Amino acid sequence: MESHEQQFLILNEPMIVGAMISIVVGALSLFIGITYFKKWGYLWREWITTVDHKKIGVMYILVALVMLFRGGVDALLMRGQTAMPENGLLDAQHYNEIFTTHGVIMILFMAMPFIIGLMNVVTPLQIGARDVAFPRLNSVSFWLFAVGTGLFNISFIIGGSPDAGWSAYFPLASLEFSPTVGNNYYAISLQIAGLGTLATGINFLVTILKMRAPGMTLMKMPMFTWSILITNVIIVFAFPVLTVALALMTMDRQFGTKFFAMQDGGMDMLWANLFWVWGHPEVYIVILPAFGIYSEIISTFARKNLYGYKSMVISMVAISLLSFVVWAHHFYTMGHGVMVNSVFSITTMLIAVPTGVKIFNWLLTLHKGKISFTTPMLYSLAFIPIFTIGGVTGVMLAMASADYQYHNTMFLVAHFHYVLIPGTVFAVIAGFHFWFPKVFGFRLNEKLGKLAFWFITISFNVAFFPLFILGLNGMTRRMYTYSESTGYGPLNMLSFLGAVGLGIGFIILVYNLYWSIRYSPRDETGDPWDARSLEWATHGPVPFYNFARIPQVNDLDAFWYAKKHNKPLWSGPIEKIHMPNNSGMPFLMSGAFFGAGFCLVFSWWIPTIIFTILIFVFMALRSFEQDHGYYVSVEEVERIERELGGEK
Amino acid sequence: MKIDESLPLEYSTEENRLKILGFWIFLGAEIALFSTLFAVYFTLHNGHGDGPSAEELFKITPVMIETVLLLTSSFTIGLGIHAMRLGLKKAMMTFFVITLVLGLGFLGTEIYEFVEYIHEGATIQTSAFTSSLMTLLGTHGAHVTFGFFWGVAILIQVAKRGLTPETANKSFIFSLYWHFLDVVWIFIFSFVYLKGMM
Ligand code: HEM
Ligand SMILES: [Cu+2]
Repeated sequence: MESHEQQFLILNEPMIVGAMISIVVGALSLFIGITYFKKWGYLWREWITTVDHKKIGVMYILVALVMLFRGGVDALLMRGQTAMPENGLLDAQHYNEIFTTHGVIMILFMAMPFIIGLMNVVTPLQIGARDVAFPRLNSVSFWLFAVGTGLFNISFIIGGSPDAGWSAYFPLASLEFSPTVGNNYYAISLQIAGLGTLATGINFLVTILKMRAPGMTLMKMPMFTWSILITNVIIVFAFPVLTVALALMTMDRQFGTKFFAMQDGGMDMLWANLFWVWGHPEVYIVILPAFGIYSEIISTFARKNLYGYKSMVISMVAISLLSFVVWAHHFYTMGHGVMVNSVFSITTMLIAVPTGVKIFNWLLTLHKGKISFTTPMLYSLAFIPIFTIGGVTGVMLAMASADYQYHNTMFLVAHFHYVLIPGTVFAVIAGFHFWFPKVFGFRLNEKLGKLAFWFITISFNVAFFPLFILGLNGMTRRMYTYSESTGYGPLNMLSFLGAVGLGIGFIILVYNLYWSIRYSPRDETGDPWDARSLEWATHGPVPFYNFARIPQVNDLDAFWYAKKHNKPLWSGPIEKIHMPNNSGMPFLMSGAFFGAGFCLVFSWWIPTIIFTILIFVFMALRSFEQDHGYYVSVEEVERIERELGGEK
Repeated sequence: MKIDESLPLEYSTEENRLKILGFWIFLGAEIALFSTLFAVYFTLHNGHGDGPSAEELFKITPVMIETVLLLTSSFTIGLGIHAMRLGLKKAMMTFFVITLVLGLGFLGTEIYEFVEYIHEGATIQTSAFTSSLMTLLGTHGAHVTFGFFWGVAILIQVAKRGLTPETANKSFIFSLYWHFLDVVWIFIFSFVYLKGMM
C-alpha cells in the first residue's frame, strides 16, 4: 500500500496523473476558447457578476451536473474494482479515497446544489416575485459554494483526497490516523460551502415569507414552495451544527485541541453525534424539495388538484421536526444502551408515518387522473414504488436490534441509494426536464428523454438490488476487495453492469441536452405543459424582471384557475420596475475565501491571515457601498414584452 | 424607494423590513451555533485530564467585571436606539460610542483572563475541558470583536450621512446583534462560570 504522505502533487498514481493532465488540458482549452471567441466580457457581465436568481440557479445546476459526472466516475471505479474478486484496479488507499469523495460530492456538491439551483430558478417565479430578498447575498452564496466545490475537488491532485469516509468519524479522521491534508480539505471546503448554504437558507426564508404576490396566503402556496420553505428552516437550524463540528475538526487536526481525542478528556463519539445531528436533517434537506417537485409534476400531468394539500403540508412539517430527533440511529451499534436505542428506534420509525401519508396522497392524485406520460412524469411515477422499497428497508434498519445484523453492510448501502436516487436524483432530473423550457424557451426531446429514463431506472435496480442480497450475505461496506470463496463475485458483477447502464443513461441525458439545444422547436407560449402555478404565467425564457405586472392571486394553482375560468391575473397599468445592480464583489470575495481556505489546508499561516483580512476588507467595502439598484422604465418594459410576443 | 412615514425609520422601506426579518433568522442560526458549542462544553467539561478543572481555574473578579461591562453596554445601545427614534443623531452617536468602549473593556478583560489561564498552564491544547471552554468563550469574544469593528463602520456612516432609512436600519440591526451577544454572555456567566465555581 502506498501512502500519500508528505506529497504536494500526487504523482505516484497513474490514474490521478491522467486525470491531472486531462484537467489541465481541459482548462487550457476552455481558456483559449473563451479568449478566442472574445467571451470574457460576456461571461463577466452576464454570469459572474449576475444577481439574477434564474442565472444563479442555472450556474448551480451546471456545477451540479459536472459533480454528478465526477461522483459518477468515482462510483464506476468502485463498482469496477469490486466487480470481480481480488481485482487490482484500485488499491485499498485509493478505494478509501474514492468512496469518501463519492459520498461527499454526491450529497454536498451534487444533490444539494441541484436542489438549490432549482429552488433559485423556480421559487421566486412561483410566488410571483421579481427576485429573492437579498440578490447580492444570493450571489455570495453561489460563489462560496463554487469555491468550496473547487477546493474539495483539487484535493486529489494537490495534497491527497480525504479518505476517512464521508462521515469522517474520529479517531480515524484525526491527525494520528489520517496524517495527510485530505481531511483538512474536507473540513475547510465543506465549511466554506456551508456558509453559502446558510446564507441561502436565510435568503429564501425571507423571500417566501415576505415577497409573495398579493393574495397568496401560506395555504395558497404551490407545494414546491412549501417544501422549500420547510427545507430552509431545516438549513438554518442544522447547518450551524455542521459549522461547529467542522471547526472543531479543524482545530483538533491543526491546532492540537482535544475535542475528539482519545486522551486528555476528549470524546471521539462526540463527533459522530454532531455529524449526524446535522447529517440526518441534511437527508431531508435533499428529500423534501424532491417531494415538492413530484407534487407539482404529478398534479400537472394528472390534470388534477393535488390530493390532500393540507395533509401534505402537515406531514412535511412533521418530518422536519422528527428529522432532528433521530440522529443516533446511525450508530446503534456503538454502545449506547437499550433505552437510548429504543427511543431513537421509535422516533425513526415514526417518520414512516408522514412519509406514507405523502405516498398515498400522490397515489390518490393519480387516481382517475388524465395522465400524460411525459419524461418528468415517468420519473415521478417510477419514484413511488422504488422509493417505497427504500423506505421499507429503512424501517428494517430502524429497528435497533435488527440493525446489529445489517449495520455497515451492503444492505445499508443499497437502502440509502434506494432512498437518495429515486428520492433526490430522479426528482432533480424530473424537475430539470420540467422547468427547462421555462428558462430556455424550449423543451428537451421527449424520445431521448424517455430512452434515458428507461436506461436509468432499469439500470438503477440492476445496480443496487443485488446489494441488498450481498449485504444480507455479510458483505460489508467500504471493503475494497474480497476473496472468491465468499461467493460475492457474480452479484457484484451484475451490480457493476447496472452501474455501467446508469452511466449510459446519463450520457443519453447529456446528449439530449445537446440535441435539443440544436434542434428542439422553440416554444412561444411560456406554458408548454399546460401547467398550474405562477411560473408558467410569464414568458419562457423569463424576462429578467420576471413579471411585467405582479399577479394577483385568489386561489391555489392561480394560473390554472385563471386559464380555466378566463380570469385575468393582472390588472392596472405597467409601472416602472426596480431591479438590483450586478456586482463583481461576491466573486472576488469568494476568491479570497478560496485563498484563505487553500492556505489553511496546508497550515500556511501568514498567507491565510492575509487572505482572511482581505475577506474582511470586502465586507467593509460592502458596508460603505451605496447601491440602490436601478429602475427599468415603463417604455422599456413594454418594448421587452412586445418582443417576447405580447404582454403578459 | 417608497418610504412609509408612519413607521420608525429603520422599518420605513420594504428593503429595511426584509433586512430586519433576515437578521432575526440569522440570529436563529446563531442560537443553533451557540447551543451546539454549549452542548459540546457540557459534554466535555469534566474531561480535564491532567490539566486544571473548572474550580481551580475560574476567578470571580474578571468575570464580574466582564459581566457588568457587557450588561451596561447592552443598556447603553438600547438608549442609543431610543435616541435614534427621537431623531437625536448626536445623542445616538454618543451612546453608541459608549457601547463600543464598554465592549472594548470587556474584550480587554477577557484577554487578560485568557493570559491568566495560560499562565496557570491551561492552554487550548491542555484538555478537552480547556478546548471546549476556550472555544466557547473565544467564539463569543470573536463576535464581540467583529461587532466592535462593525459598530465603528456604522458610526462613521451615521456621522457622514446622517440618520437615513439605511443608516437607521443598520444601527437597529447592529443593536439586535449586540443584545444577542449579551444574552449569550448571560448563559456563559450562569452555566459556565457560576456552575463551574460551585
Ligand atoms: C450513480 C450511481 C451510483 C453508484 C453506482 C453508486 C455506488 C456507490 C458505491 C459502490 C458506494 C460504496 C460502497 C462501499 O464500498 O462502501 C457508494 C457509497 C456512497 N454513495 Fe453512491 N453511488 C451512486 C450514486 C449516489 C448518489 C446519487 C448519492 C447521493 C445523493 C450517493 C451517495 C453515497 C454515499 C453517501 C456513500 C457512502 C460513502 C461512504 O461510505 O463514506 N451515491 N455509492
Ligand atoms: Cu439518519
